[in-house]
Amino acid sequence: MNGHDPKRRSSGSWLWFLLLIPYIGLLWVPFYNHVEPKLFGFPLFYWYQLMWVPISALLTWLVYRGLGHDD
Amino acid sequence: MTEIDPVPLVVCAFFFALVTVMGFVAARWRVPKTLASIDEWGLGGRQFGTWITWFLVGGDFYTAYTVIAVPALVYAVGAYGFFALPYTIIVYPFVFAVMPILWKVAAERGYATSADVVHGTYNYRPLELAVAVTGVIATMPYIALQLIGMAAVIKALGLTGEIPLIIAFVILALYTYSSGLRAPALIAFVKDIMIYIVVIAAVVIMPAKLGGYGAIFDAADAAFKAKGSGGIILPGSQFFPYASLALGSALAAFMYPHTLTGIFASRSGDTIRKNAILLPAYTLLLGLIALLGYMGIAAGLKVGSNNDIVPALFKSQFPNWFAGFAYAAIGIGALVPAAVMSIGAANLFTRNFWKAYVNPNIDHAGEAQVAKITSLIVKVGALLVILFLPTQFALDLQLLGGLWIMQTLPALIFGLFFNWFRAPALLAGWAAGFLIGTWMAWTDGLKPLHTLTLGPTSVTLYVGLVALAINIVVAVLVNLVVPAPRVATRPAQ
Repeated sequence: MNGHDPKRRSSGSWLWFLLLIPYIGLLWVPFYNHVEPKLFGFPLFYWYQLMWVPISALLTWLVYRGLGHDD
Repeated sequence: MTEIDPVPLVVCAFFFALVTVMGFVAARWRVPKTLASIDEWGLGGRQFGTWITWFLVGGDFYTAYTVIAVPALVYAVGAYGFFALPYTIIVYPFVFAVMPILWKVAAERGYATSADVVHGTYNYRPLELAVAVTGVIATMPYIALQLIGMAAVIKALGLTGEIPLIIAFVILALYTYSSGLRAPALIAFVKDIMIYIVVIAAVVIMPAKLGGYGAIFDAADAAFKAKGSGGIILPGSQFFPYASLALGSALAAFMYPHTLTGIFASRSGDTIRKNAILLPAYTLLLGLIALLGYMGIAAGLKVGSNNDIVPALFKSQFPNWFAGFAYAAIGIGALVPAAVMSIGAANLFTRNFWKAYVNPNIDHAGEAQVAKITSLIVKVGALLVILFLPTQFALDLQLLGGLWIMQTLPALIFGLFFNWFRAPALLAGWAAGFLIGTWMAWTDGLKPLHTLTLGPTSVTLYVGLVALAINIVVAVLVNLVVPAPRVATRPAQ
């Protein structure tokens, strides 16, 4: 009932771990709590977090593409 | 703001009239045979595809209050207010992994609310009631906050008194009553496009006027240094508060009735997965909206209430007709979530209180009628809260609401993945998280952060996350200690 059909899952279950990467990248604040280097005038703190928007979407898309879904 | 500039007022009135017509016409959108069932009135027929869901959830999750309050917090304290950005990024991997499974259970068995799912999984009325009551009381102050967003716009237009707010809300209540979820779904298209236009214009025009982003950040940095508090990066003491607020808010976000209504109204699990990939576009927008707070500092604006910073910025930097357009975007941005929230709360009341306790034999049309009337009552309640109680009361309740709704996560989500927990243990966990969390927040003076001290070390975390940890620990302990009944409480899966 949980939607993780084992037949499907066996081929790409490692893909699910990609979804954890944004949590690591964003929840460990010392990674990015700096002003330098700046990008287009944005301190690191801001452009780093904004950059995670497309990265996170891309990772999710990779998981989506890698797993078959029937619903 | 003593004199009224007619241009922004006319622009605002035009767009408000437009969405009012759309709200009523929505009843005939994707014509159902009848609106007289919860599935039709309260979930739009469970047929919203990728794009409609994108607009609806985007319009419903990124609320008018967000547009007002996030820049206000950034304006006041700086980097700390930016936690809304990591929050609205990490929420989507969670949505992607969990919500399609929840959708599937709900669609297969006709569930319309979180408490329906809990009842179906555990067949235990007390847990269902706990989840339903939590959903309703967490949503009420959230609706009230939308009114605060709307009130900020009305104030910026130069209108005084409470009549404009009451009129706007009564109209909203009427078309929600007649069209159900179709109304906010249709209006969300207008609202979201308007917000995108405003924000893109703001992030292009304002830096050009204010000397570029480098100058904006420098001005903010200088202002925080002069003030002696806040800053454009975080002090070490705020690392854990920042990260735990982001994580806790992300876990709470899709437990609310209004966000779950968007999930249940989707056509398929795939619709939700695609949206988990596409919805971050709004997060990018939110990050840019947050920076309006710094633009307010760079523009040298001083406001009486921090919540006035965004309207004041639009007024000072945009031509007056475009400021009117921007106000309209925010005002309409309050209507969509307020409508969906009242529908979500009404669905809960109808399914998990009225049908469960008052009239178990109610038919589909009867359910829709109860839900419609409840949606009216819920909105009137929120309006009365704003008109007669101090604003701070709504803000405090909203904070507690986030803590409360998070306590429904174990009951709603754990059962989708494993069968180990029994309902009484989950209820004990819910009660512990709810009561101890509320007590902690209360004794901390209704602040979102709680400091845990263990010997010489102490760590400050979002109180909702602490309460969730208590909830889970209690649920595990009770489940281990209390022997399983001989007859399983779980129905056949």
